[in-house]
Formats: sequence, C-alpha cells, structure tokens
Amino acid sequence: MEAYLSLAVKAIFVENLALSFFLGMCTFIAVSKKISTAIGLGISVMIVQAITVPANNLILTHLLSPGALAWAGFPDVDLTFLGLISYIGVIAALVQILEMVLDKYFPPLYNALGVFLPLITVNCAILGGSLFMVERGYNFGESVTYGLSSGFGWALAITAMAGVREKLKYSDIPDGLQGLGITFITAGLMAMAFMSFSGVKL
Amino acid sequence: MAHKRREMLIDPLVDNNPITLQVLGICSALAVTSSLQVAFVMSIAVTFVTAFSSMFISMIRNQIPGSIRIIVQMVVIASLVILVDQMLKAFAFEISKTLSVFVGLIITNCIVMGRAEAFAMKNPPIDSFIDGVGNGLGYGLILMLVGVIRELFGSGSLFGVTILETVNNGGWYVPNGLLLLPPSAFFIIGLIIWAFRAWKPEQVEEREYKIQTVEAH
Repeated sequence: MEAYLSLAVKAIFVENLALSFFLGMCTFIAVSKKISTAIGLGISVMIVQAITVPANNLILTHLLSPGALAWAGFPDVDLTFLGLISYIGVIAALVQILEMVLDKYFPPLYNALGVFLPLITVNCAILGGSLFMVERGYNFGESVTYGLSSGFGWALAITAMAGVREKLKYSDIPDGLQGLGITFITAGLMAMAFMSFSGVKL
Repeated sequence: MAHKRREMLIDPLVDNNPITLQVLGICSALAVTSSLQVAFVMSIAVTFVTAFSSMFISMIRNQIPGSIRIIVQMVVIASLVILVDQMLKAFAFEISKTLSVFVGLIITNCIVMGRAEAFAMKNPPIDSFIDGVGNGLGYGLILMLVGVIRELFGSGSLFGVTILETVNNGGWYVPNGLLLLPPSAFFIIGLIIWAFRAWKPEQVEEREYKIQTVEAH
C-alpha cells in the first residue's frame, strides 16, 4: 500500500507529466485560457489515462513481451518492436469507445467532455504515460495507480495554469511576450514551484 | 515552381515557425534540449519522420476515405517512428537511452500530424516532402538554439566538448545549474519567442484587453 501511495505522490507532484516532462504541452498551452474548459479537459485526460495505461500494460504482458505468446504456441516470439503502434492503436480505440459509451449512457457528461475527447488521442501525455509504464516496468497494480495519479497531476497543472492566465490577461505585458511568450514563462515559474516537491518521499 | 519550393523550405524557419508561431510540437522540444547532441539527433529524427510521412500520406491521399484518414495517418507515422526507434537502438544506443520515451512520442508530435493533415492531404508528394523537411528544420532550429544555450551555460560545453572550463575542472566558469533543469527550457523558449516577435512585429498577438490611460482632471 505504501509503495502505491509513494508512487502516486511522485507521479502527481515530483514527476508531473506536464511540468517536468513537458508532455501534453500543445494542449496545455492551447486550452488553458479558461478555468472551466481546463477542468473539463483535465478530467477527460485523467479518465483516459486511468484506462489506457492499465490496458496497455495488459497488452504488453500478455501479447508483446518476449515469450508472452507461449499460450498460442509461439514461445520464441518477441513482438516488443510493435509496441508503439499497438499503444497508439489502443489509445485511439479506447478514446473512441469512451466517447460512444458516454454519448449513450451519460449524455450530460458527454456534452461537457465530448469536445475534448478527440483531442486526447494525440495528447502526448497519454502516450507518454504508457511509454513510461513500459520503460519503468510497472506491474498491473502499479500501472493503475500510475495512470490515475499522473492524469490527476496533469489535470492539476492545467487547472492551475488556467487560473493564472485568467488573471494574467488584464496585465500590461510587453508586445513581443503577449500571449504565447508570457505563457511559457509562467509555465516555467510553475515548474520551478513543482520542483520544490522533489525529494518528498512517503 | 523552383522559387515556390524554396519558399516552402525557408518559410517555416522563421516566418511560420512550427514552435514559436503555430504552437506545435512543443512537448518534446523542451525535454530533450539539455544537451546539444541529443537535441541534434532528435531534430534529425523529427525531420525524417515529418518529411517521409508527409510524402507517403500525400501519395495515398486520393485513396484514403475521409472518415478514417486520422487512423491511416497515424499508422504511417507510427511505422516511420518505429523505424527511427529501431535504427537509434541499433546504431546509437546511448543516445536512444537518453531520449527514452521521446522518440516514441514523435508519433503524437503535433507537427507531424499537423503537416499531414494541413498540407499533405491537399498537395502532391514532392511538395509535401519539401514542406515536411522545412517544418522539421524549423523545429530543429529552435531545438538547437535552446540546446546551445542550455549546454553551453549549463555545463560549459558544446556537443560534449568543453568550451568554458568549469570551476570543478580547475577552470573559471561557474556553471548555471538551473539551465540543466526542466524549468529553464520554458524560460528560454519564452525569451526566444520574444526575440522572434521583436524582430518580426507582425507575429505579435492581439491583446484581449487594452489598458487605457485616463486623463486626470
């Protein structure tokens, strides 16, 4: 239990996907102008991340890793080179399924999050989460924890960013820094703040 | 025609840079720039993927049904990225370790998808190829700029060759540790954008709110 908690804290604060690995930056910068949309996108990312990371973990352990196909009579087959293409396929398919399920059974939620879901397929944070899971060799339990908490960390970062930008638009900024420039510098300051969590261990 | 193609190659470098103006592909631009060598390899990888994916997608653009075009583009891009990944693992294992997940993330790099969707779907293969190379180079330009600043002032070297002798090695230069940490990349890109826009004022974004001075009575 403790190990999971420590993993979650690490994924949310210390190794925040957005602020220390710069994943999902394109949407992070583009969709952080209003708090309400930022929260909507944040929640969608969290949901998708919590589903795709464990799903990809299952695919990796039961289909791709060396010897995983022993049950089908191919004990020597190593399909790890197909990893990238299968992860992105799984992500695209799951996002599509999630969209259909929400549309059918939870229309209010679909109306709130629907516009963000297609964006999420190409959000680097989602693929990045799966790739980190592979690289660090998480087991199933860890990948559930990691998916949920790294998604939460991303949502936290984009919401905070939107909060800052809502105030920032009233300030007097030099012409060249207007818009994109000042957003980057703000993100840099936020990343520094998040770095103060490094070294926190539970 | 030749003139137009040259323009397509040069235009994305400054006037229509994918990072500073189109806000695409920032994700990886920031993470891999703490040393110049890695930034260089990453630029080549992205240029390669963008150029060839644009070309291949443009070749089959008339056969792709509109409703599944994103998936088709994704498959083309993912295959090229796997190619790059395997090549790096075979010939430059150390660098591929440092790049870790970021090679795989070229798949979701918005520049590649963006150019495939915006340009390659409407233009012939050779033009698309040149457009891909141009945008890859525009991305590489920013990456190298950030890489030069971060490596030179962060660890006093370029491409691993010592330029400024650091204090630890008995030299005079005290390296700025902040430049090796993630936040510095944000600051440097922010400042580069500022510099670009000071140079080309037409790129400046409109203010949402004008600050007005009220005359005192």
